[in-house]
Amino acid sequence: MNTICGWKVLYLHLQWCVCSIVRLSLLEIRVVLLLHSFVFGLCPGPTQKMNLFQSVTSALDNTLASDPTAVIFGEDVAFGGVFRCTVGLRDKYGKDRVFNTPLCEQGIVGFGIGLAVAGATAIAEIQFADYIFPAFDQIVNEAAKYRYRSGNLFDCGNLTIRAPWGCVGHGALYHSQSPEAFFAHCPGIKIVIPRSPVQAKGLLLSCIIDKNPCIFFEPKILYRAAVEQVPMESYQIPLSQAEVLQEGSDITLLAWGTQVHVMREVAAMAQEKLGVSCEVIDLRTIQPWDIETVCKSVVKTGRLLVSHEAPVTGGFAAEISSTVQEECFLNLEAPITRVCGYDTPFPHIFEPFYIPDKWKCFDAVKRMINY
Amino acid sequence: MLSETTQSSSRKFCPPLVLGVKRLCLHSLSQVFLSETDLRTIMCPKYDVLGLGASVQSSVFENTTGSAVLPGALQQQPFDSLAEKPQFPGASAEFVDHLEFIQPNVISGIPVYRVMDRQGQIINPSEDPQLPKEMVLNFYQKMTLLNTMDRILYESQRQGRISFYMTNYGEEGTHVGSAAALDPEDLVFGQYREAGVLMFRGFPLDLFMAQCYANVDDLGKGRQMPVHYGSKDLNFVTISSPLATQIPQAAGAAYAIKRENTNRVVICYFGEGAASEGDAHAGFNFAATLECPLIFFCRNNGYAISTPTDEQYRGDGIAARGPGYGMLSIRVDGNDVFAVYNATKEARRRAIAENQPFLIEAMTYRIGHHSTSDDSSAYRSVDEVNYWDKQDHPISRLRHYMTARGWWGEEEERAWRKQSRKLVMEAFERAEKRQKPHPDLLFSDVYLEMPPSLEKQKESMWRHLQQYREHYPLDHYEK
Repeated sequence: MNTICGWKVLYLHLQWCVCSIVRLSLLEIRVVLLLHSFVFGLCPGPTQKMNLFQSVTSALDNTLASDPTAVIFGEDVAFGGVFRCTVGLRDKYGKDRVFNTPLCEQGIVGFGIGLAVAGATAIAEIQFADYIFPAFDQIVNEAAKYRYRSGNLFDCGNLTIRAPWGCVGHGALYHSQSPEAFFAHCPGIKIVIPRSPVQAKGLLLSCIIDKNPCIFFEPKILYRAAVEQVPMESYQIPLSQAEVLQEGSDITLLAWGTQVHVMREVAAMAQEKLGVSCEVIDLRTIQPWDIETVCKSVVKTGRLLVSHEAPVTGGFAAEISSTVQEECFLNLEAPITRVCGYDTPFPHIFEPFYIPDKWKCFDAVKRMINY
Repeated sequence: MLSETTQSSSRKFCPPLVLGVKRLCLHSLSQVFLSETDLRTIMCPKYDVLGLGASVQSSVFENTTGSAVLPGALQQQPFDSLAEKPQFPGASAEFVDHLEFIQPNVISGIPVYRVMDRQGQIINPSEDPQLPKEMVLNFYQKMTLLNTMDRILYESQRQGRISFYMTNYGEEGTHVGSAAALDPEDLVFGQYREAGVLMFRGFPLDLFMAQCYANVDDLGKGRQMPVHYGSKDLNFVTISSPLATQIPQAAGAAYAIKRENTNRVVICYFGEGAASEGDAHAGFNFAATLECPLIFFCRNNGYAISTPTDEQYRGDGIAARGPGYGMLSIRVDGNDVFAVYNATKEARRRAIAENQPFLIEAMTYRIGHHSTSDDSSAYRSVDEVNYWDKQDHPISRLRHYMTARGWWGEEEERAWRKQSRKLVMEAFERAEKRQKPHPDLLFSDVYLEMPPSLEKQKESMWRHLQQYREHYPLDHYEK
């Protein structure tokens, strides 16, 4: 299994060059990632150009090939899924391994827990993260607590739940949500959110192999927009490890999923317009999160900006904020700032005003630097 | 299988393959560029992947109704517009030309299968399972041992020795009859009133007590309230408080077990109250649709805490719901241990052979209170409870059966009562003396490995205890 390794330095340097030169918009992530993919092409192991949904398919393909107990199920996964993440898998592995379930999220997760308890590798798909709530009881009261409450006699560590996540331009209330904060409050489950195809495959494989129930949120806006050269073989990216994408000295920008790309743009803008050096961190695992890496960064820079699409109140930035001020109080040069969605349901036509875009984040950086 | 998607090439535009109207499909966000390979792998009949031939309607993609026909759905007859039969994919039935609502039959609903009458006499000899004497005596002893343990532990809660308890009075027949019909390897998902199943399988009194006392011998490491038993060795999944959550889990476990091909079944117990939960509906539907070898065993004991059945459902109990899911169902006399045994045995045999779920609704009566936190005289009469205790009790009915055959008498009864009480009291006294588990066990097993943040919290707890130890009952806990 390959892990992302020694080319990292060259990769990061190339990234920095590209970011400073090219003015990026969200949809032009592809350009940056294609350049990454050029570098990745130099990594060991054959790679293939894949977008994010294809990298998910690849991870699932690897899993079904190597683990005979693995099964994939959910609404509409049989024909390939509404986001095409499971295309071809039923043909390849059989209808007893890739199958539709009735339209019932509490059933999907409950069924998945049972599969896992009986020793099978269960990969459940919830069609949109917005619809995960009927399964909340099964996730929080059952999956998360199975090992603890049974004294480790039983567990559902073989369960992974996947769901499309985050804003998509027109999804409105029920096709745009980022519900990670609800689950972060529940000890016993892991929550993971990738920013790109290479990350998605490695993190998803880690979730599947991990012996704890995991929720894997896939940024739906990146399903097609993000394209990289992704290794075809199986590989894992460690959970609970944040990644410093870009080193800097003046301020730490922390995000996950789609928002990481926004942060990278903000870093470029801040460098160009303000001469400010930003450290950009992708949290990757929301729970249990990598407190050490984030705190180490804040100790260095003295400033932290956390950004997510989910509403600001009770969002995960609040937890990060609280912990970081506990650990790094004397190092802070400015209050920790959160640039997040407003405390409203996710709107349709007002999305451009709602989302924590690069201008809002850039403005926050400016204020923090001048605090 | 994986193809490149590029912006530059102009590929065929594939209409959305959305099967439902409600969910947003993102094909509208960006054009779907699909290669030949992609289309083939989505099993488009047009490309005749499965060699379905010309008889298959090939116009799926020209068809603008938005519904895709998949090979899996092609069990129905080929479309023939000239036939006067309904062609709906959703149901196969005849047309009818007069308006009539189907009457739910609650007056004379599904009949109750029994083998013995209330006096323990066999009604239809061909239904008597004719179990050997040792086996029947074992049934009796397990039911009465459970009853004795219940009395003593209920009392111990009243005396403040344990925090909580739930008795099984009146339902011992449902536990023992069904447990006896299973293999020890069959996986059991329970609700909370199935201690007799665990007892029948051989869970020792010491471990029942250990869990109730949450002492150092508890397999659950002291984390749960009393009666939340579990045993990996005896294939009894640890009980959890939320109702009906085990029902879809049982379906998933049965599916995994089906794929293993090991001739095991899963049994899932729940009460008639829990059957109202959404999880019950989910579990039934999944088990039937996904063809799981599973026995759904409903203990309909008349009450969900204080809520009687006429406030729980309006239909003909739980058995009548089975056919709605396409499930074979039966209603049995839960106080007749042989009826329960026969039904469970046959359901087990067929569930494994045919990979389908079975629903058994065992009618019984909850003679005890819901729990030590309940006083049922607040919502039912003492006369009603006495009727069941005296006139229709699984233990008495089995005793009549045994005494009629000369297998049991006054002497055996006296001796066994004394012995079972002694066994329970000795286990009780041992459990009383044991320490509680080490406080470190508060922090382990949240995840398989302990995250650093939790390590820190544990350390902070111990630092606190160092300083304030006199305010905490550390002496009762393992060092």
